Amino acid sequence: MPEMKGFDSISTEDRERLALTGIQTDSLEGRAGSFLLVNDHVLHAGSNAEGVEVMMIDKALEKYAWLSEYFWNVVPKDKDQYTKYVADHPQRGYVIIARKGAKTTFPLQSCMFLQGDTIQTVHNIVIAEEGAEVHLIAGCASSMKTKEGAHYGVNEIYVGKDAKVTSTMIHTWGEEIEVFPRTASIVEEGGTFISNYVCMKPTKMVQMYPTAYLRGKGAVARFSSVIVAGSGSHIDSGSRAILEAPETSAELITRAITNGGTIISRGAIIGSAPQTKGNIECRGLILKDGIMHAIPEIDGRVTDVELSHEAAVGKIARDEIEYLMARGLSEEEATATIIRGFLDVRIEGLPDALQKQIDDAIDSADHGF
Amino acid sequence: MLEISNLHVEVGGREVLHGVNLKINDGETHVLLGPNGSGKTTLLRTIMGFGSSQVTSGKILFNGVDVTEKPVHERAQLGMGIMFQRPPTISGLKLGKFLAATTKIGEERIPALAERMHMTKFLDRDVNAGFSGGEIKRSEILQLMVQEPSFVMLDEPESGVDVENMALLGGAAASLLEKDQHMINRTKSSLIITHTGYILDYIEADVGHVLIDGMMRCS
Repeated sequence: MPEMKGFDSISTEDRERLALTGIQTDSLEGRAGSFLLVNDHVLHAGSNAEGVEVMMIDKALEKYAWLSEYFWNVVPKDKDQYTKYVADHPQRGYVIIARKGAKTTFPLQSCMFLQGDTIQTVHNIVIAEEGAEVHLIAGCASSMKTKEGAHYGVNEIYVGKDAKVTSTMIHTWGEEIEVFPRTASIVEEGGTFISNYVCMKPTKMVQMYPTAYLRGKGAVARFSSVIVAGSGSHIDSGSRAILEAPETSAELITRAITNGGTIISRGAIIGSAPQTKGNIECRGLILKDGIMHAIPEIDGRVTDVELSHEAAVGKIARDEIEYLMARGLSEEEATATIIRGFLDVRIEGLPDALQKQIDDAIDSADHGF
Repeated sequence: MLEISNLHVEVGGREVLHGVNLKINDGETHVLLGPNGSGKTTLLRTIMGFGSSQVTSGKILFNGVDVTEKPVHERAQLGMGIMFQRPPTISGLKLGKFLAATTKIGEERIPALAERMHMTKFLDRDVNAGFSGGEIKRSEILQLMVQEPSFVMLDEPESGVDVENMALLGGAAASLLEKDQHMINRTKSSLIITHTGYILDYIEADVGHVLIDGMMRCS
């Protein structure tokens, strides 16, 4: 059992913000492991799940020479100015290794906390060996007191044969924070990668376009994003799946609401092997002002691919509001109920704890619509 | 219960109802007949307060309260209920959750009513998503049972319903309107639009009206 040290240095108010991102700060009950990064300081890293190691990246690279093959591999060091910046700074972050066949019942939590005006860099590696199963909750938040700051995060995820990695990232940044995650994954034969992203709080800028390379036969990737952008938020978020092996499939689902902010929702599926399937679904609501720009791309490169996309941008239909009002709900209650339903992305097979985090994040944002 | 006087209503800038008068007493069931486009559905929508119907003059009194300018939910809270002919789908809202949020009779009574309407397996589904014609009607009646209005408006309850569902719906609508009780004890009232009249095999009507070109021609 890892020590929970570090959280006591965070104010009660900020710990409540972390709770919104799915991070438990008092005990590890219901968690398989925990990692805490405050600015550039790793305060703890550890796991109590059998067959799962959670380590600081610098220590892990010393301990396992073979790990260098996974380091700056799926995300190239020179991809852009942000990856270069991370590479040029001391490596901080975690390495999670789930050994062959290891299955975590509870999610592993990782918390990236930004306090004070600084640029936080992080480099994480997740390796799920053959048949392993891990669930990650990545809670990213900034202190209420942080005025300006940035988070550059590199995540390299390796899903082995018949393994399964579920990653749920919940962002609770501030209005003056810029966030540039750079995430990519490789999924081997029969493996499944599920990525869920929730961003409900105002953030000055988020720009990310995580990519899954489906390298082994029958690999599956599913990206779900739930985004609400208030005034002053600029969220440029997408996901991309590259179907490189036969019988691979991908599904990219986005529900986005702008309440005065800008959302660019990208999605791309490239089918370069036969018997592959992919679907992109993006639905956006403009509640007031704001921009909702959906850019779905499908790119088939061989025969026997099935790729499709559907995107819609609209408003809440008046007849839906009146339908609920006719049953006695006020206009505000009816609107909130419809928005809640709109954002409800049920993901099959998601552990209850992770679904609850997503539901809680959505419920917490109900106010203000 | 309901008293409408000299009601003029516009839809999309065109007058559809030209001075309608209607009085429904406690415990009475009224049937509204008339050709397509005569304004029957508009009258129901206006009574409920939907935004597409603009009242230009006239008054709607409900249990003595002038509701002409009141929003939809206040009318519902005062005891009005409507069965939609073609209700919208509400994605992500489970029927069971919706019923629990709108019930006046208590959540504990929902499962038995859902069972009666053969809707138990639909409680975990999004409201109206992929429902067939008959399922929509059963869902609508179930919602009204849970909401328990004192004044019920049914817009063509029999349209698109097969014989088997008709018996189920007719029976349920009858108990919704307390038709199983002696008329002296009935307090619930209703206004029903019907084309075929099949619903009248289950619900005895007290008064009939014919609406033609936005005017009541005979009652």
